[in-house]
Amino acid sequence: MTGVALDGGAVLRLPAHVKFRFDETRQTWIILAPERLFVPDEQAVEVLRLVDGVRSIDDIVDTLAAAFDAPRAEIMADVLAMLRELVGKRVLQQ
Amino acid sequence: MNVPAINGPAMNGPAPPLALLAELTHRCPLACPYCSNPVALERAGAELDTQTWQRVLAEAAEIGVLQVHFSGGEPLVRRDLAALVAHAAGYGLYANLITSGIGLDAERLATLRDAGLEHVQLSVQDADPAEGDRVARRPGSQAEKRRAAERVHAAGLPLTINAVVHRQNLARLEAVIELAVEFGAERLEIAHVQYYGWALRNRAALLPTREQLAAAGNLVEAARARLAGRLVIDYVAPDYYARRPKACMAGWGRYFLNVTPSGKALPCHAAETLPGLRFPSVAAMSLRAIWYQSEAFARFRGTDWMPDPCRSCDRREIDWGGCRCQAFALTGDAARADPACALSPDHRLVVAARGEAERPAPGFFYRSYAAPVTEPV
Repeated sequence: MTGVALDGGAVLRLPAHVKFRFDETRQTWIILAPERLFVPDEQAVEVLRLVDGVRSIDDIVDTLAAAFDAPRAEIMADVLAMLRELVGKRVLQQ
Repeated sequence: MNVPAINGPAMNGPAPPLALLAELTHRCPLACPYCSNPVALERAGAELDTQTWQRVLAEAAEIGVLQVHFSGGEPLVRRDLAALVAHAAGYGLYANLITSGIGLDAERLATLRDAGLEHVQLSVQDADPAEGDRVARRPGSQAEKRRAAERVHAAGLPLTINAVVHRQNLARLEAVIELAVEFGAERLEIAHVQYYGWALRNRAALLPTREQLAAAGNLVEAARARLAGRLVIDYVAPDYYARRPKACMAGWGRYFLNVTPSGKALPCHAAETLPGLRFPSVAAMSLRAIWYQSEAFARFRGTDWMPDPCRSCDRREIDWGGCRCQAFALTGDAARADPACALSPDHRLVVAARGEAERPAPGFFYRSYAAPVTEPV
C-alpha cells in the first residue's frame, strides 16, 4: 500500500470510525479502527495530535519544526512517510 | 484482529484483555451447520438483562478492554441492542456489530449508528443465492443481506463481509470476493470452518480437499494484489491441513474474553465444551476477578500447563499449544497438544479426517434448539 499520493498542501482527518485516544489502562496512545489496533510511537503521536481536518501537512510541519527546533525538510520527509502509511491503512483520509 | 506488541509478555501476571465478544443471544433466524454457538443453545429466558450487560460493559472498559463485538446468535433480536451500544461507546469502547443482516432495516441501523456503532460485519454464506439460502436454511436470506449491505453503506459505516468457506462453496470463492466488492465492503474476512460443536458434527459435509485449499490460497493471493487499496482481504486457513496449529485466541486468557447470553465468561466461544472447568458467571463475579483470579482463565494460560511436545517446543509462545477445544474434541483430553500439529502424537486423527473430504458429502445437520434437523439428501 505504498504510493499514496500526498503533498504538503493536503489536509487529512481521521474517518469517523477511527478513534485516536489515550488508553489509561496501558498508559499509551492508541488508534482503534475496524478489527485493527495500532500503537503509534511518540513521534507519530505528536503528528496525529495535529491532524484535525483543518491544518494542512505544511501547517503541521511548521508547528513541529518550531516546537522541536529541527530542520523543516527532515521533518517533512518523516511526516510524509508516516502519513502516507496511515492513509494506505485507511487510518487517515483526505 | 491484529494483535500489536501493546500487551507484550506478562511480567507480573496477565496483561489486560483487549477485546470482549458479547454474545447477546443464541437466537438466530439462520441455521448454518457450522455455527460457532454451542450445540446446547441457551434460550431467551436465560439471557442476561440490559442492566447486567451494561454493568459488564462498564467493567470491561475499566479493566482495559478496547473493543466490544456485539454478536450472537443474531444480536439484532435483542431490542436493547442500541442501548448497549450507546453504553459501550460512552465508556470509549469500540463497538462492532457481527450480524446476519436479517432485520437490519434502515431505521434500526440509524439508531445504532447514532448510539455510537463504529463498524458492521455482515455474514455471507455463498455467492450463489440459492446455495446461501440452503446453508442458512432461510429462503430469501441472500437478498436480505444485499439490502443490509446497501443500508450500511448508505449509513456511512465501514463494512466487513464475513465469508465462511468449506468444500461446498469454495468453487465460488472468486464470486464471493466479487460480491464483497459489489456490497461496498472495505474488508473481507474469508475464514475456513473451524471444527467444533455444530461444525464438527458436519465435518464430513464441510471439510475441503487439499486441492480445493491450494486453489483457494492462490485465488486469495491474486485477489489481494488486484484489489489492493480497495478491499482488504483477511484469510483464515483451516488447520486440518496445517503443519503447525493455529494460535487459538492468540493464547488462552491472553487477549480475549467471551460472555455467553446467560452470562458465563469464557476464554473462547467454544470453551464450554471442555469438561472439568467451572466458568464463572458475570452475575456473580466482576470481570476483573474473572480475568485475574478465576481458575478457568488461568487453567491454560501461558506455557506452564503444557505437556510435551509443546513444553519443549520453540514455538510454544507462538502457537500457545494450539486449540484446547480441538484437543479435547479429538482426543478427549483438553491438556494434550492440538492434534492439528504434525508433532502431536494424535496427529493421525486429523490426517484420517482428511479422507472425509474425498467421499460424497452427507446432508447438513442444521443448527437448531429442538430435535436435530437433517437435510434431506
